[in-house]
Amino acid sequence: MADLRINLAGIQSPNPFWLASAPPTNTGYQVQRAFEAGWGGAVWKTLGDPIINTSARFAAVNFNGQRVAGFNNIELITDRPLEVNLKEIAETKKRFPDRAVIASLMVEPKQEKWHEIVKRVEDVGVDGLELNFGCPHGMAERGMGAASGQQPDLVEAQTYWVKEVARTPVIVKLTPNITDITVVARHAVKGGADAISMINTINSLAGVDIHTWNTIPHVGGKGAHGGYCGPAVKPIALNMVAECARNPEVGVPISGIGGISTWQDVVEFMLMGATGIQVCTAAMHHGFRIVEDMIDGLCNYLDDKGLSSVTELIGQSVSRYSNWGDLNLNYKVVARINTDKCINCNKCHIACEDTSHQCIDMLTGADGKAFLEVREEDCVGCNLCSIVCPAEGAIEMVEVDSGLTPMTWNERQKEIAKLNGIYSQAEVV
Amino acid sequence: MEYSSKSEAWLPHGLSANFAEFEPGLTAKGAMEESNRCLYCYDAPCIKACPTSINIPSFIKRIATGNLKGSARAIMEANPVGASCARVCPTEELCEGACVLNDASKPIQIGLLQRYATDWARENEVQLFEAGAANGKKIAVIGAGPAGLSAARELAREGYAVEMFEAREKPGGLDTYGIVSFRLPQSVSLWETEQVEKLGVKIHTGVKVGRDVSPAELKNHFDAIVLAAGMGYVPKLGIEGEELEGVYDAIRLVEATKTGELVPELLGRRVAVIGAGNTAIDAATCSVRLGAGNVKMLYRRTREEMTAYDFEYEFAKQEGVEFSWLTLPKRIVGGGDGKVAAIECVRMTLSEQPGPDGRHAPVEIPDSAFLLPVDAVVTAIGQERHHGLIELLGLEHSRGVVKIDEITRQTSDPQIYAAGDVVFGAGQGEAMVVSAAEQGKLAAYSIIRHLTDRQDEVMETAV
Repeated sequence: MADLRINLAGIQSPNPFWLASAPPTNTGYQVQRAFEAGWGGAVWKTLGDPIINTSARFAAVNFNGQRVAGFNNIELITDRPLEVNLKEIAETKKRFPDRAVIASLMVEPKQEKWHEIVKRVEDVGVDGLELNFGCPHGMAERGMGAASGQQPDLVEAQTYWVKEVARTPVIVKLTPNITDITVVARHAVKGGADAISMINTINSLAGVDIHTWNTIPHVGGKGAHGGYCGPAVKPIALNMVAECARNPEVGVPISGIGGISTWQDVVEFMLMGATGIQVCTAAMHHGFRIVEDMIDGLCNYLDDKGLSSVTELIGQSVSRYSNWGDLNLNYKVVARINTDKCINCNKCHIACEDTSHQCIDMLTGADGKAFLEVREEDCVGCNLCSIVCPAEGAIEMVEVDSGLTPMTWNERQKEIAKLNGIYSQAEVV
Repeated sequence: MEYSSKSEAWLPHGLSANFAEFEPGLTAKGAMEESNRCLYCYDAPCIKACPTSINIPSFIKRIATGNLKGSARAIMEANPVGASCARVCPTEELCEGACVLNDASKPIQIGLLQRYATDWARENEVQLFEAGAANGKKIAVIGAGPAGLSAARELAREGYAVEMFEAREKPGGLDTYGIVSFRLPQSVSLWETEQVEKLGVKIHTGVKVGRDVSPAELKNHFDAIVLAAGMGYVPKLGIEGEELEGVYDAIRLVEATKTGELVPELLGRRVAVIGAGNTAIDAATCSVRLGAGNVKMLYRRTREEMTAYDFEYEFAKQEGVEFSWLTLPKRIVGGGDGKVAAIECVRMTLSEQPGPDGRHAPVEIPDSAFLLPVDAVVTAIGQERHHGLIELLGLEHSRGVVKIDEITRQTSDPQIYAAGDVVFGAGQGEAMVVSAAEQGKLAAYSIIRHLTDRQDEVMETAV
């Protein structure tokens, strides 16, 4: 059986599955239940000056009958006294010494405030710290969370202050509510961050009740933006992880967060550069027991791939993530329909006909049976038909020889520049 | 006589419970899950398999988005008796049979979804359609069954003043009187007729053409006539003993259970049903639910040749109905009290060579006669034709099947159009409610076309 242990910037964990700092890690009772279920680590719900929470707090986006495609919350950091949290952290760590317990922290952007809280939490024996520069609501209005996370210099300064006193590894948690996450990531590293984690939640309004016209959720008829997470945000998170992973100026381990619900998601995040991952929404939807299949599925996957350690996955796909300008414009795929697997729903036809390149014909064979066929010469290889196809294996995207040598946009521009004897500014990165 | 553990339900006072709708409808959650499972095919085969071409993916999509009014309208737009059809259509052979998910997983439960949407409209008393602006033309419809209602609805929406002449006490035809309540409650077909009435269509019930109103009156008073009189009761078997007490006509038996007379005399009785069509199955399952002790279906051919749908056959078996294949009744034997005591049958065999209709003919096995002791006999060997009415209208017909132009649905009298069972005959598809509904629509469209053309001609002449 494959070894699932990870070491994230010095934080040891028996497996890569951590619970993210969020409602599931609010109390010792919850974190201990999670550890009993098999979670390798937990980032304690953010500690700081206790706040007051609203009712209601959560909302979800359902899609075609599936619940919680996306999840939205307006809950803030811990509303319990620091002493209580610290006592429970100590108890939890004592009961589960092999698990990673990380304290998430958020205080005002003042050096003394950071020094004080770092010392207090490290005294109870946490394995690491996670600086919450990402929470997009409530705390941001007070100059904390995303408000400081959106200012690279503040991220750098606060990380520096923490590192002045911290004895355990420091993870900086980044907000996605920013134009280029690598900028903040680089500043965190400049400040001395040992690792970064991402993404925190994305500014969101879950919905509007079309009958009452209230926001969803609402607090006594009023709403405010919340933070969005859950399966719907996974592609956004994955891109941000990948952008940081492939940026040489970042260069620290990454704890991946954002819509992770299954072991496959974990594999994807690790291949894209995450050393470990954090989960929240999936646990909130189904309970801590979901980690059972995550562990089991990941083990089986690694065994099937002949990998002895989960760490062998880390970053394997990063080099394949590039800039558009470096993609081979002469690579060509076309759609091919396997008539024996096609169930004739014609969804590929209508998708292509109405919204793509009109190259799938609805035909009738000599036997009178309807079938679909791609006019390959007109197919641009966009994938749309295979995306909408509900029948597994009915549409394959097949590589065809374009007869042309590989050429990227950037190479092409350089060639043109050479011919014209001028410098091209049209390079795409 | 053996009673099951459900014995209480078989007591006379529990009989009506046996006639409550048998199949439960979808729950809101069930409908949401099932509607979301639909692939929303383009040029969907289910639409093509529906005789009324209901836009099935569209109505299912509307259920998924919570637009139940739009869903019900999409259904009823194409099929004015869509609520009944949701229950009585052989969906396995039509829409669901064509569903692309048949081989991939399992077909969408189109019938149940259709029922869900139309039930919603019925329970919420939603009026789905409006009458068109009156165009001054009048149409008579003979028979307020599925075909007639369908024609009337479409004509009323186009502004025609429609009057329906229905011999029965209530409208709805077969849906109201001829399909067992546990499959189709009367409230469903009556809602459909109400929908049509709300468009201003006058339904004269208890009025029989030829008795209460003459064909000449209709022809003089109306611009066109739709003949949608359906079929009649079960014809005589032509065997000895048919007059005995305890011999029932299947259609009348079902009708009795739908009009409140629950026929308690079958309680604990041994019943033989003669025939193997859908009405025969209905009569057999009806008998079971009326508390019969034993129900046997006698059919001179085999299961292969029986015309009842597979799901009807399966249902009957589940209800405990027994089947005697290759059995031909020869004589009903009475006891001393004038009541049925037994039925004499002979064993049959199928001919080696298929007959002219492609089926193997049943042939009597010599000296195979036997006596089957029974207390009641239900005949279900088809339905009589309305010969009298057809001749009164002076229409050409072939053994009671009215002849029509396939395209215009006009009879030999160009003022009279026909739809439904009155034109159903050998080689003319199946006598399904849904086909009748479609034919009614087609007759209406043909009338609209002809009357509009005629008006255009008049206008042109005037110019």
